[in-house]
Amino acid sequence: MANTAATAPAASGPTPVPGRATKARTTSRRGETLAALPWLAPTLLLIAGVVIYPTILMFWTAFRKYNSYGIESGPAGLGNFIGPAGAFTFPTVPWAAIWTNTVVWVVVVVILTLVTSLGLAQFLNREFRGRKLLRMIIILPWASSVVMTTTVFNYGLQRDVGLFNRMLVDTGILQTARGFTKDPTSAFWVAVFVAIYVSIPFTTYTILAGLQGVPRDILEAAHMDGASAGQRYWQIVFPLLRPAIAAAALINIINVFNSLPILKILDETPGFNTGHTTTTLIFAYKAVLGPGVASALSIVNFAFCLVVIAAYLAIVKPANEVQ
Amino acid sequence: MAARSGINAKPSLWVTAIGSIIVVVFFSFPYALMLLSSLKTREEITKIPPDYLPSIPQFSNYLTVWSSDVVAPAGSLLATVVISLGATLLVLLIATPAAYYVARFRFPGRLVFLFLVLITQMLQPTVLAVGLYQEFSQWRGHLVWGALILINGAFNLSFAVWIMQAFFATVPKEVDEAALIDGAGRLQAMFLVSLPLVWPGIVTAIVFVFVNTWNEFAAAFVLVQDTSLQPLTVSMPRFLGMYVRDWQYLFMVATVAIVPVVILFALIEKRLVGGLTAGAVK
Repeated sequence: MANTAATAPAASGPTPVPGRATKARTTSRRGETLAALPWLAPTLLLIAGVVIYPTILMFWTAFRKYNSYGIESGPAGLGNFIGPAGAFTFPTVPWAAIWTNTVVWVVVVVILTLVTSLGLAQFLNREFRGRKLLRMIIILPWASSVVMTTTVFNYGLQRDVGLFNRMLVDTGILQTARGFTKDPTSAFWVAVFVAIYVSIPFTTYTILAGLQGVPRDILEAAHMDGASAGQRYWQIVFPLLRPAIAAAALINIINVFNSLPILKILDETPGFNTGHTTTTLIFAYKAVLGPGVASALSIVNFAFCLVVIAAYLAIVKPANEVQ
Repeated sequence: MAARSGINAKPSLWVTAIGSIIVVVFFSFPYALMLLSSLKTREEITKIPPDYLPSIPQFSNYLTVWSSDVVAPAGSLLATVVISLGATLLVLLIATPAAYYVARFRFPGRLVFLFLVLITQMLQPTVLAVGLYQEFSQWRGHLVWGALILINGAFNLSFAVWIMQAFFATVPKEVDEAALIDGAGRLQAMFLVSLPLVWPGIVTAIVFVFVNTWNEFAAAFVLVQDTSLQPLTVSMPRFLGMYVRDWQYLFMVATVAIVPVVILFALIEKRLVGGLTAGAVK
């Protein structure tokens, strides 16, 4: 439905609607923008107040000194970044592990999510009774709060009372129950699993939407010409899926990179341990070292998000059809 | 009918059946554990090693939890409901005119506006959490709910604007013009003529904003210090680490918290992708 919706205005060309055409032609271009303002102003105000202003505030905070109560006391220069208690130089922070984790977290979660979702979408694209029901069931991890889903995994993986642990022992996968969440490394890998788990539904839906756009007659023709199922997939279906895969990949990169609750709930080891990513570290910094240092680290994360957003706008070209 | 082959081949029953079972089990097992755990007694939920099923399902948990002063979910549920409804109403009020106007008119700055809105969707509260904390940390008491309404509203605007403008664009301009000729103002034309025609887009926007706000964690986590004002996503996970082991209540609350949003999401599933990718994938 959104398909026909989004392409409709493109046909109407760049002029305003006929009813206002004569009036609009006589007013200046600036006049047209001014006429739009009352309609857009509430949206612009909210974005200015709750997205742009806190961004500026964060940059300002990153260069100011704060005491342990969060009270500001003058300029800090680069002290919040590379000072004795700076974000990147604070003694007990295992930076090598944290950079590695951040890269592994994003790369492994996004790639495994995409691969799983490609297979799952292919399966759900077949015609069989009950596939609508299956589509509903895979919504579960998408609609459910990530906090609640992660909390169940945390409970299920407790060494003594956890049912997942008992299941792993009963099926012989584990010799004895294990306290997965008590060790930063195993907690990290459980978190990777949960992050993939909650990312699959959106990704599968996006790829399924892409599969709808693969013309059946071309597949039919390729089959007549003797192309095998594998050839048909890799040479026809997969190239046509590229826009959907690109959109899903980039949206997942930014979501996974910014994911806080999964690692926060599953990693029960306190302090600056080796289970952090740069995102969870921001919140640990905020609690221990104050807003200045936390802002300094946030700026690096912010810059990465901007790069991904730029890539999204350049590669996916989301506004293409409304131009 | 002749046996079909090639791309029209009927998928093998076995592959379909086994595949379906795997999908159902994989995507429901944590929620099954959640539901089963919510029906256990306190003794069963802390039993070592745990039993798979509650001996007698304790449906009474769903009643007694409200009077449990340890978990006390009523306040958190109220916080979640108020913030979610507030953010939904806010988005509806401010995104509808914007979506209507960009669907109806071409003007210089229109694309800049659409891109700006899109960027806010990709920038999440998490990366700006410290800035948001600096901005809103003085909003004490129930005002903090107001802060969260503004934050969730701002970061969910994009979806609403994109999905609604796509729907407004399907309404023929002549429909509006007839109303304008009859003497209606532009705002009246939008509310009385166009709005009733785009209700599927509006329902999609409402559900999406509501569900996303219902599940939001990062902003609520940094802003709401007062435990009695925390929404469910912040207050519930705390109980796992506490010495109190009334975890059956935790999972009962979690079940109550996910059932409504899963149903709502299932209603709009067909239109989610178009809104999330701003029309790039339909």
